[in-house]
Amino acid sequence: MDDFRSRVERERPYLLRYAGLQLRDPQAAEDAVQETLLAALTGEAGFGQRASLRTWLTGILKHKIIDAIRRMSREAPAVSEDEFEALFDERGHWVEMPGAWADPGAALEQERFFAALEMCLARLPPKTSEAFMMREHLGLDTGEICKELAITPTHCWVLLYRARMALRECLTKEWFQK
Amino acid sequence: MMLSCKQAARLVSQGLDRELGFTERVRLRVHLAICDGCTNFSNQVAFVRKAMARLAEQSPKT
Repeated sequence: MDDFRSRVERERPYLLRYAGLQLRDPQAAEDAVQETLLAALTGEAGFGQRASLRTWLTGILKHKIIDAIRRMSREAPAVSEDEFEALFDERGHWVEMPGAWADPGAALEQERFFAALEMCLARLPPKTSEAFMMREHLGLDTGEICKELAITPTHCWVLLYRARMALRECLTKEWFQK
Repeated sequence: MMLSCKQAARLVSQGLDRELGFTERVRLRVHLAICDGCTNFSNQVAFVRKAMARLAEQSPKT
């Protein structure tokens, strides 16, 4: 039992970082991890060697994160379709055509790239970021995201579209043009 | 009827979140075949997805 406890405890930094990426509020991240560790220690039987300990803990943590998002989620803001209007002219052409990125594959091998990515993620508006992280980090489908955030599928696609637009712009500026 | 870049960009993004209909896929493919800007855009959002997957599986920096 003590051995299990210390193995669980060793995963704390990983879980904290994981939760921190989803929930910008460090206190909320800490709480989610704490609840996860508690649930793990009281539910050791549920682990049963099926998966790796980290995978199992991460699975519990995902649920705690979703609970936290649900708690923090206020009423859905109005969708403004024209937030990115400035990127296109009145005929729907790019004002500034996206240029190719030089060697994106190499970026994935560099730690500094991920620091830039995290910085760009941190700049997203909260609701946009929540939807995007649920989609791309937790791997939920849009149906689940709509339910969790209490928004329509169309609203959800708009949020994800905005997130991708903003990240593309930010990465171009912060990484690929440097 | 040709898609505008704005419509194409939106479909590219939605294609990552839902299955596009047949007509949508055809129109998008026709647009991408002739538009470098949207092709770059499409590659870049696909890359962002890959980078996010990599980020999700990364161990914490301690």
